[in-house]
Amino acid sequence: MSGTTDQRTARDGLEVRGLTVRIAGRTVLDDVTFTVPPGRRVGVIGASGSGKSMTSLALMGLEPTGAEVTGSIRLDGTELVGLRDRERARHRGSGIGMVFQEPGTALDPLRRVGAQVAEPLRLHRGLDRRAAATAAVALADAVGLPDPASLLRQYPHQLSGGQRQRICIAMAMAGSPAYLVADEPTTALDVTTEARILELFERLSTDRGTGMLFVTHDLAVLARIADTAVVLDHGRVVEQGSVRTLLDAPQHPATTALVDAARATARLTGGST
Amino acid sequence: MIRRLLTRPTGCFAVVVLGLLVVLALVSLVWTPQDPFRADPFRQWAPPGPAHWFGTDASGRDIASYLLAGTRTTVLVAAGSGVVASVVGIVLTAVGSLTTRWVREGTAVLLDILVAFPTLLTAMLLTAVFGGSLGIVVVSVGLSFGVTIARVARGEIRRIARSDYVVAARASGVGPLGVLTRHLVPNAAPLFTVQLSLAMATAVLAEAGLSYLGYGAGSDTASWGNLLADLQTYIGVHPWSATWPGAAIALVVAALSLLGDAVRDATDPRLTTGDRAARGTAATDRTAGTPGPGGDRAPDADDPATTTPGVTA
Repeated sequence: MSGTTDQRTARDGLEVRGLTVRIAGRTVLDDVTFTVPPGRRVGVIGASGSGKSMTSLALMGLEPTGAEVTGSIRLDGTELVGLRDRERARHRGSGIGMVFQEPGTALDPLRRVGAQVAEPLRLHRGLDRRAAATAAVALADAVGLPDPASLLRQYPHQLSGGQRQRICIAMAMAGSPAYLVADEPTTALDVTTEARILELFERLSTDRGTGMLFVTHDLAVLARIADTAVVLDHGRVVEQGSVRTLLDAPQHPATTALVDAARATARLTGGST
Repeated sequence: MIRRLLTRPTGCFAVVVLGLLVVLALVSLVWTPQDPFRADPFRQWAPPGPAHWFGTDASGRDIASYLLAGTRTTVLVAAGSGVVASVVGIVLTAVGSLTTRWVREGTAVLLDILVAFPTLLTAMLLTAVFGGSLGIVVVSVGLSFGVTIARVARGEIRRIARSDYVVAARASGVGPLGVLTRHLVPNAAPLFTVQLSLAMATAVLAEAGLSYLGYGAGSDTASWGNLLADLQTYIGVHPWSATWPGAAIALVVAALSLLGDAVRDATDPRLTTGDRAARGTAATDRTAGTPGPGGDRAPDADDPATTTPGVTA
């Protein structure tokens, strides 16, 4: 991608300021503030129910109906909060893309995976059916799928978990989004597959300058993929900074609990600590 | 899809029976062995034979001819109810799942109330007001089933709209119309098909039942229900004669109920593309380097795990 460097200097990043989400009077996210700089990978960690998934959905504007979102989400300077859904939809896939936790359910079981990758290509790049099919093959190749032309003619159930997640990543990257939100993208995968999918994320962010928000509860994944991280607890940001500092000297009890739990697991499985 | 339908025993049975029904209905327009309505006082209760294939009834009418003429009524009732049920079902589903929140909730309550009206009672009520006719049967069964379909399909659409793949499609930029046409409709269609085929089966049964009770087709219309009502009076004396319309009704109802299931199965890629799936997706995840058909392999399992990521202390 030529001109990436120039764009990068001109881009402000994905800036989240005071993001608050209330559902039926209950505050699910409370005054969440962080920034994903262009081309960087930021982790979001926290226990179950800490608001990790709500953060990613709110960034996409896909929060449940009836949720009240306040605060500010700026996409390279463009305010997203308060936009009507029609305008918001224009940024989905092209401004911010998203990869989900369960590749098994994130693909429509009745459609060939090729059609599902081609769909956002036609939407965002205005390609016709044939051009989109060709572009889909190129994209499938870029996310490391073997024999992409024949693989794209398969239905989701015919692919392995890792292949499905690569298809989901291809779908998310189809609109060449400036930022990618990945919500526990490797949790449903086995360790080997996880390592290779993480490699793919690293490559995509380095090659294309895509800023990534990486939601995970797995500190090993976090340590590998992200430079900085945000710790969420009960919908609030309780700590943020470099991953190294967070893991070596956690300040907040929530962070300490996560690190201790991860150490205990590592000892049990005989992994290095 | 037609070929996949025919390779299934149930689908094959349904298609053959219903195909035959339609052909016979068309044939009956131009030809029946005898005049189905001609009474012959000298040939009462003739046993089945070359002249009267299925015998004759109490007034000497040829049962085979009457049955043949009755296929028209059956086809009309099944198809008519199917059309009415689809239209009502689609409209109510759309209103109940795609509109603003208050209209949706209102429709849901209305559907719950309407479902409580029994089909046959509605038909009898309408008949009492407008007089008995096939049209009443078609409209009442169609309406009742349209409401039932909408109630089920509405829940299905709402479920699909919240599913991961719809959220993922929206996240990749697919708009409301794209979600509707490419995800909601195709994924709700199987349920709709099954319900619709059930509606048509019930319509055939309801016509027979209502005619039997005297609320259905008038006695000037040849219908299996009318025939069954006539013949059952003599079932103690001539048991075989009532068997013919009974068997015909049972066969068509079974075929209609099975058709929906067969169509659903034939259109589901998870069932029809079983050659690869049979190996099990879980197995292909981990089977390192096993070449599958077409030389594809699971890409994420072909190199051994080299590191177990640990936490840097």
